[in-house]
Amino acid sequence: MRIDGKGRGIDHSRVLRFSFDGQGYEGVAGDTLASALLANGVRMVARSFKYHRPRGIMTAGSEEPNALVTLGRGAAQAPNQRATVVEMHEGLEARSQNRWPSLGFDVLAVNDLMAPFIGAGFYYKTFMWPRAFWERVYEPAIRRAAGLGALSGVAAEDGHERAYAHCDLLVIGAGPAGLMAAWAAAEAGADVILAEEDLAPGGRLLAEAEEVDGIEGADWAAGLARDLAARPNVRIMTRTSVTGAYDGGTYGAFERSAPGMAARHGAPKGCFWRIVARRAVLASGALERPVAFAANDRPGVMMAGAVRAYLNRWGVAPGQSAVVFGNNDGAHRTVADLQGAGVHVAALVDARTGVECALDVPFYAGAQVTGTSGRRGLEAVMVATAKGEVRLAADCLAVSGGWNPTVHLACHMGARPVWDESLAAFLAPEGAVPGMEVAGAAAGRFSTRACLASGLEAGLRAARDLGLPVPNITAPPAQDGRYDILPLWQVPGRGRAWLDFQNDVTVKDVVQAAKENFRSVEHMKRYTTQGMAPDQGKNSNVAALAVLAAASGRTIPETGTTTFRPPYVPVPVAAMGAGARGKGFAPERLTTSHGASVVRGAPMIEAGLWYRPSYFPRAGETHWRQSCDREVAMVRQSVGVCDVSTLGKIDVQGPDAARFLDFVYTNAMSKLAEGRVRYGLMLREDGHVMDDGTCARLGAAHYLVTTTTAAAGQVMRHLDFAAQVLRSDLDARAISVTEQWAQFAVAGPNARDVLAGVLDEVPDLPFMGFGEVRIGAVAARLFRISFSGELGYEIAVPARFGAALSDLLVARAEAMGGGAYGMEALNVLRIEKGFITHAEIHGRVTAFDIGMQGVMSTKKDFVGRAAASRPGLMEEGREQLVGLKPVGEIKEILAGAHLFDEGAEAVSANDRGYVTSACYSPTLGHVIALGFLARGRARIGERVRAVDHLRGSVTICEVCAPGWVDPEGGRMRG
Amino acid sequence: MRFSALRILKEGLTGNRGWQAHWADATPKDRYEVVIIGGGGHGLATAYYLAARHGITNVAVLEKGYLGGGNVGRNTTIVRANYGLPGNSEFYSHSLRLWEGLEQELNYNVMMSQRGVLNLCHSDGQRDAFARRGNAMRNQGDDAELLDREGVRRMVPFLDFESARFPIHGGLLQRRAGTARHDAVAWGFARGASARGVDLIQNCEVTGIDIADGRVTGVQTTRGAIRAGKVAMIVAGRSSQVAAMAGMRLPIESHVLQAFVTEGLKPCLDHVVTFGMGHFYISQSDKGGLVFGGDLDFYASYAARGNLPMAEHVMEAGLALMPMIGNAQLLRSWGGIMDMSPDGSPIIDRTHVEGLIVNCGWCYGGFKAVPGSGDVTAHLIATGTPHPVAARFRLDRFATGRGLMDEEGTGSQHNLH
Amino acid sequence: MRLPCPLCGARDIREFSHMGAALARPDGGDWGPDWNDYLHNRDNPAGQTEELWYHGQGCGGWLVVTRDTVRHEVRGARLAGEGAGA
Repeated sequence: MRIDGKGRGIDHSRVLRFSFDGQGYEGVAGDTLASALLANGVRMVARSFKYHRPRGIMTAGSEEPNALVTLGRGAAQAPNQRATVVEMHEGLEARSQNRWPSLGFDVLAVNDLMAPFIGAGFYYKTFMWPRAFWERVYEPAIRRAAGLGALSGVAAEDGHERAYAHCDLLVIGAGPAGLMAAWAAAEAGADVILAEEDLAPGGRLLAEAEEVDGIEGADWAAGLARDLAARPNVRIMTRTSVTGAYDGGTYGAFERSAPGMAARHGAPKGCFWRIVARRAVLASGALERPVAFAANDRPGVMMAGAVRAYLNRWGVAPGQSAVVFGNNDGAHRTVADLQGAGVHVAALVDARTGVECALDVPFYAGAQVTGTSGRRGLEAVMVATAKGEVRLAADCLAVSGGWNPTVHLACHMGARPVWDESLAAFLAPEGAVPGMEVAGAAAGRFSTRACLASGLEAGLRAARDLGLPVPNITAPPAQDGRYDILPLWQVPGRGRAWLDFQNDVTVKDVVQAAKENFRSVEHMKRYTTQGMAPDQGKNSNVAALAVLAAASGRTIPETGTTTFRPPYVPVPVAAMGAGARGKGFAPERLTTSHGASVVRGAPMIEAGLWYRPSYFPRAGETHWRQSCDREVAMVRQSVGVCDVSTLGKIDVQGPDAARFLDFVYTNAMSKLAEGRVRYGLMLREDGHVMDDGTCARLGAAHYLVTTTTAAAGQVMRHLDFAAQVLRSDLDARAISVTEQWAQFAVAGPNARDVLAGVLDEVPDLPFMGFGEVRIGAVAARLFRISFSGELGYEIAVPARFGAALSDLLVARAEAMGGGAYGMEALNVLRIEKGFITHAEIHGRVTAFDIGMQGVMSTKKDFVGRAAASRPGLMEEGREQLVGLKPVGEIKEILAGAHLFDEGAEAVSANDRGYVTSACYSPTLGHVIALGFLARGRARIGERVRAVDHLRGSVTICEVCAPGWVDPEGGRMRG
Repeated sequence: MRFSALRILKEGLTGNRGWQAHWADATPKDRYEVVIIGGGGHGLATAYYLAARHGITNVAVLEKGYLGGGNVGRNTTIVRANYGLPGNSEFYSHSLRLWEGLEQELNYNVMMSQRGVLNLCHSDGQRDAFARRGNAMRNQGDDAELLDREGVRRMVPFLDFESARFPIHGGLLQRRAGTARHDAVAWGFARGASARGVDLIQNCEVTGIDIADGRVTGVQTTRGAIRAGKVAMIVAGRSSQVAAMAGMRLPIESHVLQAFVTEGLKPCLDHVVTFGMGHFYISQSDKGGLVFGGDLDFYASYAARGNLPMAEHVMEAGLALMPMIGNAQLLRSWGGIMDMSPDGSPIIDRTHVEGLIVNCGWCYGGFKAVPGSGDVTAHLIATGTPHPVAARFRLDRFATGRGLMDEEGTGSQHNLH
Repeated sequence: MRLPCPLCGARDIREFSHMGAALARPDGGDWGPDWNDYLHNRDNPAGQTEELWYHGQGCGGWLVVTRDTVRHEVRGARLAGEGAGA
C-alpha cells in the first residue's frame, strides 16, 4: 500500500504502467519493481528452487534471495532479475519463474510435501538403478525441475560495452562512509572514482529517517554528491556494482544504464569496467541477516531494514499489521518508522532480555518468533514469550538478526574474514587486498556517526598514502545509534526453518549434514548446496555456519568460512564479453589482394587471423575440385600467381646477425652468400621442429627470415627471446615486417615471362637467389624460390603497392593462359612435391622424423640441438615422413586415417602411423598422401592399410618416398 | 549403510534420524602399510582401489585440509576419453570404463551423465587432426563420430553458425563422454575406502618424508610421525612442495585455471561443447547453471583465483560461440592450481626412493582421470609394477625423450603451455 | 595483475606472456642432466620467484620479473638482456 506523502525517492505524480505475469499495475517514477509490487499489494512473487514454496520480497537490495523475475522476451529475455533493483519504467513486463503452470498453482509444489524424502544430499543415495535410467529418466526430470528462469534460446541483444578507467582512489559504495572518503580524497586533489550500486548516492541514508548535519540524511548525501560531481577530479558512477578485486589494484565493475537510456539515446545497456586504482576504500555497507525459525520463508516476512526502506524511500507499507522481531536496536527503530507511517504494529518481539522499549507498542522482551502461518502469505506469527506462546495476526513480519559487514570484495584475493565476538559478525582482516581499506558499516562501524568518521579517516589516509596534502575536513554531526546485538541464529522448535531461501536449505539439512560427517564448512556447503544459489549466501552463510558450529560442537571461528569469489553480484555474460559477437571475436587480417580475390569469387578461408582465397572459380566450374585441378595444371603447364603475404617476414640485422641466425636455425646461415636464399629449419628448445621457411641474405649484416603463416607470431617471439635472453651477447636485432611487405609467388614454366612484363628488368637469378628489382619507381625484392616445384619466384613490394602489383601479375598471367591460384591448389602442388606444412610439423615431430637430420649442423650450438640428441628422439622405430598412394580397389586416402600393416587388425596395439595430408593429384591422375609411419623410410615399396573408422574408409597403400613430381628438382632449378 | 530408494523412504518416514557418517574420521596410527599423501579425488580413489581390488586396507589417507578440497572440488566436471596419443589413449579409455560402473561400484550416485562431448573444428586442418584423434579413439575401442556442420547444427542449433569469426566446420563427438558430480566422486570413494577399513585423516599436513638407506620409512605430519611401508604422493597443486621433502625436483610448474558458473537456468544445453578457437568449453549442470571455462591464466600461481583478462576472454568466447547465453548472468568464478607437466600428460611412477610413489602432472585433465588414476596407482603400489594402461606415464620420459605425450603439439617443455 | 615494464611503465598483464622460471641455459654441448633440469625440472616455488615475461603487446622486451606466486605481488622487473639470471 502506498502511503500518501511518504517516499523521498519517488515522484507520486509520474505514474508508470507495468505488468507482472500478464496483470497490469501502476507504479511511479523512482520505484523498483519490488516497491511497485508491494505498493499494489502483490506479496507472492516467486517459487523457491526446490520445494516450489510461495515466496515474497524479502530485501530491498541486490542481495534479494526470493524475488527473482524474468524481464522481456526473445533477444531481450533476461532471467533471474532481482525485482528489488529493477528500476520501474513505462511498459515494464515482468514474469515469475520456476513455476508451472502458474505462480498461484504450481504442480511442483508437491515437492514441498515430499520434503522428508528429498532433504540434503538425497540424490547421492538413489537413482542408481537401473544404470541406464539416470540419463534417460531421473536426470532429465531433475533438470527440468531445477533451474530458475529460462533463456529464450535466441541470440541475446548485443548492447553492452567494455571500458577501462584509472584513478588514484576507488571508493566502493556511496553511503555516508563512502561519501566522506571520496570527499576527503577529492579535497586533497586525488582523482577519485566513487562507485555506487544504487541509482543514487546515499546508501542507508536513503532508507532511514534520520538527520545528518541538521538536515535529512538523504538530502545531505545528495548535496555532497552534487558538490563532488561538480569537481573535475571526481567521477561518480551510480548503478555501478564493483564485482571483483583482482591483483595489482585492478577492479571489475558493472554499470547498468538507466531504463530507457539505451532505447532513447543509443547508449549501451550496460558497461563492464576494468578499473585500476592506486588505492581503494571499501565502503560497501552491511547486509541484514534473517533468523531461522519455522516457516520463516512465507511472503510477508521481510528484513527489518528493508521494511524501513520501503516506508521511507518508496512510501510503501509492506503490510497493514506488522510484527517486528529482532535481536538488536534496529528492531525498535523499525517499529517507530512503521508507526510513523501509520502502520499498525501488533508487537515488538526482542530476543534480548533486560531491554526497555520507549515506544507505544506491545513489547515482548526475551521472546522469539517460533513460527508463522498463512497460505500464500503471512497471516499470523507465533511468539514464544516468557508467559507462553502468543499468536498474533500480522501480514508483515520485519526481522533483524543483526548485520553482516559486506566484506566480500576485501576477501576476493584469498583472505579469510575474522570473527568479531562483540559484533557477532565477520570483519575483513587488515591488508586483505593491497591498497584497500575498509570503512563504515563494512568495517563494523554501524552508526551513521561512526560511518562518517570512519569514511573520513579512510579518505584522509588514502590522500596521505598517495602523497597528497591532507585537507582539513571534519565529519558533520549525525546520529550515533546503538546496536547492542545478542547473537540469535535459530529459534529451536519443530518445523522447517530456512537458512538459504533460494536453495531451500533448512536448519535440519545443515544438522543432518553434520551428522553425516559433512562437518567441514565446505563439505556442508557442497552437500546441502547452502550458499550456492544466486545470492551466494549473502543472506544465509553466517547463520548456516553458526548452525553447523552448534551442531558439531565447535565455535564459529573454529568452523571457518567458505571462500568469497567474484563477482559480488551476477554480471550478464554479454557485458563481460561485450564486443566479441560474430566477427568481433578476433581481429581480421586481410592481404592487399583480398578485395581482388573476393571480386573473383574466391571463397575466403581463415588462416589464423588471416583470410586467404581457397580457389578462384571460373565460368562452368561447379565444384571446388574443378577449379583446384585447373589451377594446379595452370602452374605445372603455364604460370600461376598466389598471394603469400601472410607468411611471416622477419628482418634481422646487426653485425652479429649471421651468428645469431646460426643459433636459431639448425643449419649454418652464416655460410649463406649475400644475394642467396636457403631453406631453414628451426627447432624448439625441446628438440622438436618449431617451423620451417627460407632465409635470405640481403647484405653482410642483413637477413630476411620467412616463417609459415601459422607460426609467424611464435617465431617472432622466439627470435626476441633468443636475441634478448639467450644470446644478448650478440649484436643482432629482429623485427617483424610481415605487414610492411606484400609478397606474391609467381610459379610455372612461364614465370619469367610474367615478370618480364612487370619488372623493369628481370635479373638472371639462380635458383635460391635474391635480387633487388624495380617496378617503375617502386623498389621491390625478388626471390627465386619455389613451393610448387616449378620455376618460381616470389616478388615483394611495400604493402601499399600490393594490390596494384597483384592485379598486374594476375592480368599478365591470365594473358599467358595462367592466373591466380588459391590455397587448395597450393596444397596440392606442395603435396605432389612432398613439401611439408604444419599438417606435418604439428609440434610433435623431430627433424629426424621428417628426414631432415642432415639439416642439423654438428659444428655449432643451436636452439634444440641438445634436446634433439636425446635417444628417444632419434630412434629408428619412430614414425617417419613417407608418401602414400592407393594401390588397391579403393582409391581414396583420408587425412586422419591411421596406418596398419596389411594383415593387421585396426586396433591401437597395431597402430603404425597416420595420414597427415591427402589430395587428388591432377598431375599424376590419382590420390596421393603424406603421413608418418613407424620405420617408414625403411618400408618404402611395402604396402600398408590406411583405416578411417570414422568415415568407413580402408585403403591399401604403397609406401613411397614423399614427392612425386620431378623428384630431382630439375624444373624449379631450370 | 547401503544407500537405496527404500532407505530414503524409511528414513523420511522416521524423521531422517538414522543416517550415518559417510566416512569415519580416523586418528593417525603409528604405522601403516601404505600412506597416501593427499585426500583429493586421486588419493581417495587410490585408497579405495587398494582396499577393494588388492585387499590392502592398512592404509591412511592424509589430507591437510578437508577431503576433496582440491581440484576434484573445483573443476568443470567433464569426463571423456578422447585422446589421440598412445599412453593417454589407453589410460583414459580405461578410466571412462570405470566411470561407467562407478555408481554401482560405490553405491553412491556420482551422477555420471553421458551427455556427449562435442569438440568443434573450424578448418580443414583441424578436421583432419580431429579425424586422426577420433580414429585413435576408435582404435582404442572407444566411441567417436566425426560430424559435419549440419550434424553439429542438428545437435546444438543455437551456436553462431552464420556470422562467426571462425565458422564451424564440424566436430568430433564422443557420446559416452559427459559430466559427473565432482564432489560426489570424492565422497563416494571416501565412503567406500572408509567402509573397507582405510583411515581417512583430515586436517593433517605432511611436513616431511622420512627416508633411510634410499627407502621411504614414513612421514612427519602436523599430527605426529607416521611410519609407513610405502608412501604415495598424490597432491596435485602442491606436488613440487611435497616432492621436495623427498629431495626431488619434479618437472612440474603450477598454473591457475579459472572456471565459471552462471545462475541457475532451465535446461538449454544438453551436451558438453568445446570451442577450440576460443579455448572455451561449456555444459549445463543438473542444477541449471552453465558451467564453463577457458585456458590457463598463463602465469605460475598457487593462488586459487584468476585475473580479469582471462575471465573476460572466456566470456568473449562464450558469447562468440553461443550468443544466446548473453543474458545469462555470471554467478561465480574460481580457480584451481594445475600441475602442468612439460608435455601436458601425467606422471604415475616410482621414484629414486624405494617405496615412494609419485602421481602428478594432471594438467587440466585430472577430474576425468580420478577412477583410472586410483586404479592404476593402487596397482603400482600393490604390485610394484605399472599397470599396463599407465605404463607410459613415466617420470624419465623427459630425460630420454621416449614416449612423450604432447597432445596439443605445443612442445614438451615448460612455458609453452 | 600489472607488471612494471622498465621501458613502458606499469601495464596490464594482458600485454604480456609468461615463460616460466628465469634459468640459465646450459652452454651448448650434448644432452645431459643439466639440460634436463633446464628444460623440465623446476623448483616451482610457492612464494617469490624470478620469471621471464614477454611484453609482446608492448615493446617486445623480455623481462625478468620478481613475483610472488602465492600473493601475486610483483616486486620488480628488469630487462632480461641486462645482467645475469637469464
